[in-house]
Amino acid sequence: MARIELVVDGARVADDVEPRMLLVHYLRESLGKTGTVIGCDTSNCGACTVHLDGKSVKSCNLLAVQADGCEVTTIEGLATEGQLHPVQEAFHECHALQCGYCTPGMIMQSVDLLRDNPDPSEEEIRLGLEGNLCRCTGYHNIVRAVQTAAGSSGATAAAGASDSAGGTR
Amino acid sequence: MIPAKFDYAAPTTVQEALGLLAEHGDEAKVLAGGQSLLPVLRMRLNAPEVVIDIGRIDSLRGISDDGSTISIGAMTPYHEILADERVRTRCTLLHQAISEVADSQIRHRGTLGGALVHADPAGDCGAPILAMDAELVITGSSGERVVAAADFFEGLFDTAVAEDELLTAIRVPAYDGWGSHYEKFVRVAHQWPIVAVAAQVRMEGGSIAEARIGLTNMGSTAVRASAVEAALVGTSPTAEGVRVACDLAGEGTDPPSDLNGDADYRKHLATVLTRRAVLAAAGRED
Amino acid sequence: MSVEAAEQTTEQPVREIGRDRRRKEDQRLITGRTRWTDNIVLPGMLHMAMVRSPFAHARITAVDTSEAKAATNVVAVYSGADLDESVGVLINAWPVSPDQVTPVHPPMPADRVTFAGEIVAVIVARSAAEARDAAELVDVDYEELPAALDLKEAAQDTVLAHPDLGTNKSALWVFDSAAAGTGSDVEEAIATAREGGILIEREYRQQRLIPAFMEPRSVVVDPTGEQLTMWTATQIPHIVRFALAATTGVPESKIRVIAPDVGGGFGGKLQVTPEEWLAWWVARQLGKPVKYTETRSESLMAAHHGRDQWQRLTLAADKEGHVTGLKVDLLADLGSYVALIGGGVPVLGAFMFNAIYKFPAYHFSMQSVLTNKAWTDAYRGAGRPEATFGIERMMDELAHELGEDPLVVRERNWITHEEFPFISVAGLEYDSGNYEAATAMAKEMFGYDELREEQRRRRESNDPVQLGIGISTFTEMCGLAPSRVLGSLDYGAGGWEHASVRMLATGTVEVVVGVSAHGQGHETAFSQIVADRLGVPFESVEILHGDTQISHKGLDTYGSRSLVVGGEAVVKAADKVIDKARRYAAHMLEANPDDLEFTDGRFAVAGTDQSVGITEIASAAFASHDYPDDIEPGIDADATYDPVNFNYPHGTHLCAVEIDTETGQVTLRKYTCVDDVGQVVNPLIVEGQIHGGLVQGIAQALWEEAVYDDAGTLVSGSFVDYLVPTAADTISFDTATNTTLATANTLGTKGVGEAGTIASTPCIVNGVVDALRIFGVDDVQMPCTPERVWQAIRSGSEGESTTGAAAPHFDEVTGTQGQTDRTAGADGPTGGSAGTDAEGAGR
Repeated sequence: MARIELVVDGARVADDVEPRMLLVHYLRESLGKTGTVIGCDTSNCGACTVHLDGKSVKSCNLLAVQADGCEVTTIEGLATEGQLHPVQEAFHECHALQCGYCTPGMIMQSVDLLRDNPDPSEEEIRLGLEGNLCRCTGYHNIVRAVQTAAGSSGATAAAGASDSAGGTR
Repeated sequence: MIPAKFDYAAPTTVQEALGLLAEHGDEAKVLAGGQSLLPVLRMRLNAPEVVIDIGRIDSLRGISDDGSTISIGAMTPYHEILADERVRTRCTLLHQAISEVADSQIRHRGTLGGALVHADPAGDCGAPILAMDAELVITGSSGERVVAAADFFEGLFDTAVAEDELLTAIRVPAYDGWGSHYEKFVRVAHQWPIVAVAAQVRMEGGSIAEARIGLTNMGSTAVRASAVEAALVGTSPTAEGVRVACDLAGEGTDPPSDLNGDADYRKHLATVLTRRAVLAAAGRED
Repeated sequence: MSVEAAEQTTEQPVREIGRDRRRKEDQRLITGRTRWTDNIVLPGMLHMAMVRSPFAHARITAVDTSEAKAATNVVAVYSGADLDESVGVLINAWPVSPDQVTPVHPPMPADRVTFAGEIVAVIVARSAAEARDAAELVDVDYEELPAALDLKEAAQDTVLAHPDLGTNKSALWVFDSAAAGTGSDVEEAIATAREGGILIEREYRQQRLIPAFMEPRSVVVDPTGEQLTMWTATQIPHIVRFALAATTGVPESKIRVIAPDVGGGFGGKLQVTPEEWLAWWVARQLGKPVKYTETRSESLMAAHHGRDQWQRLTLAADKEGHVTGLKVDLLADLGSYVALIGGGVPVLGAFMFNAIYKFPAYHFSMQSVLTNKAWTDAYRGAGRPEATFGIERMMDELAHELGEDPLVVRERNWITHEEFPFISVAGLEYDSGNYEAATAMAKEMFGYDELREEQRRRRESNDPVQLGIGISTFTEMCGLAPSRVLGSLDYGAGGWEHASVRMLATGTVEVVVGVSAHGQGHETAFSQIVADRLGVPFESVEILHGDTQISHKGLDTYGSRSLVVGGEAVVKAADKVIDKARRYAAHMLEANPDDLEFTDGRFAVAGTDQSVGITEIASAAFASHDYPDDIEPGIDADATYDPVNFNYPHGTHLCAVEIDTETGQVTLRKYTCVDDVGQVVNPLIVEGQIHGGLVQGIAQALWEEAVYDDAGTLVSGSFVDYLVPTAADTISFDTATNTTLATANTLGTKGVGEAGTIASTPCIVNGVVDALRIFGVDDVQMPCTPERVWQAIRSGSEGESTTGAAAPHFDEVTGTQGQTDRTAGADGPTGGSAGTDAEGAGR
């Protein structure tokens, strides 16, 4: 067992963990932060993305002991004082999720992407999300959501969500 | 998946780490950025007795400019290298290749030293390191030794770093005034390259005076395309001008055959991608 | 009781149907406060790990579990020999022919494994990690048997997947329009075309795919108390409950199955699984809650696969390009068992090869074949993508033969909008559609003529980047299904759906539905329907689903049925509520029920200002202090709806792809589609379904393939090698709808869940082939990899099969080429290990 102390979603926590415990298992099983999910075993899917000291990482690709002394933010710590993060708002507004399984990781990566580049082009958004798989949305509305959160779509959120619909309904 | 049990040590100095390596020998596995090791452990493809996490050794992290050479600590994560203005402007080819490694999250954790010691022939960093004639600083109990990039990769997942040694720094010569380009070919973005080409050229009077080219995933290690380099000297940077030289890119290579293509296809790709990389490095479009 | 005067307002309330409501489901999903099955933790819960076969086909000669049983915190270890009858069997619900050869499908075999990945032992331990540790300690001895792997070879019965059955051929299913009386004789049409018309003969491959839902499957069973509860990541809680009762001896009334938040399915969770059945049995044996959650590697290897067909197609036409006959011969790979509806999936395609075209003669035959690979079953579209691919590729081939624009040839042969309802040569009645309008709109949006012009320029200039224009004018049958039709096809269940509408005393409306969502947005769309129907606020409606104790009756979600069948059940239940409420209203208003008008949630006496709202009636019905003598108290209502017909969404999809002729790389340039999905309830959700469907279909065309090596090991066994596309590989889409209402349901809706997937695969491949016509290419096998495209350009061939080897990024770092996580307990066919000295690992 190894002793770790870290800050998760603003709360200081300390535990004895097996060295082999992955950070994502620590979050889910020890802390009950089940908002962060596991989608693969090869670090391709990005569903487990959290922020470690302010940078996006795949929490399945990190041992809990490596996070000792660090600050971790999960999807559950993104909203502050009951106020959704603008990226969370944009995902809702633009219908950027269906089953929602990839969503925590997708949102956490989008937040990181916008922190690095507040005004990304569509191509930059698509490349910035290359480490996150989604099987439902075809990515179209995820890209719209990131644009909307960035305020770069030049349109209202509602228009941003449906701006591709050229025809009648 | 959950890794098999192991003991864990997190030394804070290189000496401490070397002591642990000496103690545990081949029962130990060094954890650098961990972005390839963790999947291996999770899928239980390897089950070391001891994992030595060198992520807490501060001296292995950081970048310095020694004038003609940029020195990068082995444990410097990709994103810090990418943010470094000196690497971007003076070792541009390395910057370009690193910007193509995996994805953003991996680049936040992965390290240049870890990748080089892992020595996946499809990794993005081997080819530029070869093409740039970098030097690898390897530290063991008897001190430091410096290995040329050309002598570093010894085989599939195998390098000059011995069991009781650590790669501690990568020294990359500055290529001021050179043009460079990393041309990577994938089917989907989150793949390792099927083939990639790291090229840099120095132009003189409108023709190529010097060229340095490394190939990714064209053999059991990253390889240098020496025949192409020699043939490019004196050519004019046009598609036709470099075609004959770049057609030599597959020569002497031994690429794998897998789901993404067989060896012949990869040899063909190498010629096309080399031409494109060279032209882009020379500031021309194909 | 309060009876108020109608409000004096002229403002029309906003109709909910057609409105782009943001989803009710989102709040919990964007904040991570969800309940995935793997999140569930119960007191004393035990964890299961599986030992799986590394061999495609082998006799199990011994299983030594002693070391595993002795490991720390291991509670039990079972192999197939330890099971008793109460473990049940995995059912095949759709034997497509009376003489179908159907191997018995045990959850864990005792004597013989039939595919690499089949479970041979189960570890139960106090933690998931300890269960996995102990799985490595199980020692299984195998005697390897020859494996039937290649579909065409297996159809020859040279090697048997199940030697005891004597054949690999499972079922032959035939439809012939002459015999059915729905058309003429196809052989005559072919003979005529051979002499003086056009005959196109092609063979196409539908590669094996993996649904690859993002949430790995997980199951928790709690045997505590009188009712046994199973939480499972499934599309079909009701069918799982039925099958557990039918096969494990537990009375159905004692089984509660819950599908909590489910992370995608796409047909892949339309299954009864060995993992569920084993968890059920283990929990009952031990009297303790148990959990099993698969890894992604296990999911790719052992959750069911999809597609996997060879199609031999013959299209006959006259010299003017009018189609005269279509003959389809399919070989379909079942894998090693006939899965829940696995045998029927290709039959769902039988009615769709003729598509939107007026074929006078049609013949379809399908031979399903057992092999030693993972079992196949539904994957988004199930049968219809295969059919649509076949016919849409053939129509392009016909156009090429005629030297005409493929859209012109299609238009010459399709059903015109005046001809609806139209009885197809396969015997289906297409209710509505307008192929001309959708196509005209799509062409305009796409810039069809301009792109054709650009294509001409690139061809003339020998541009190294060639442009291809792909077309798919698809239709499909969805909304499974009229129960009588299913009966005529020997399907084991009906196709009805159930809903309850409960008018709660405090003014909210609780709607219980039998369909079970896993991303479709039922909570939002059904709320919109109910809000309009009952005239209550959208926010006041709560949709409950996915728990057989709450939703006691239902047939779950697949086949684009939730809205068109389940939604209609909601409509019927709501209408019954209105009928009941009318009697209450008449009583309250002292009026004749026939004199009451119901609008916007209120009953009003015609010609007066007297009215009462439906929620007030609900409140009154709750108290029931005063109600008509001849009715029961309460206005809640249930409805079971059996559809009278399928429905037939259609659309015109157009794409432009660029092909780098030097590398063979295909890049998406533009994708435009105009779909007719009938009445749109929520345009945001409809667009989302289209977008996601498009990418899955495009992924079949370009990227995805489940590849086995010669030993029967799945080599595309992780997301490193099974190439699900990312945002960086795809583009934004231009989507629109052109609506003709379905006639078989009240709202006029058609299914949308599968449309994008069905249409997009042939659209992309047609585009690729279109670009390569100048090189004499008339087909590229899917997925159209750069290597295949490059080979096609060089040789004019369709390319070779995918090399059966995975890239070794993770494997060889330890020298272990076999994938031990999946095959714990035995050396795999490529087993053995030799450590290397690689130190540090970081990319």
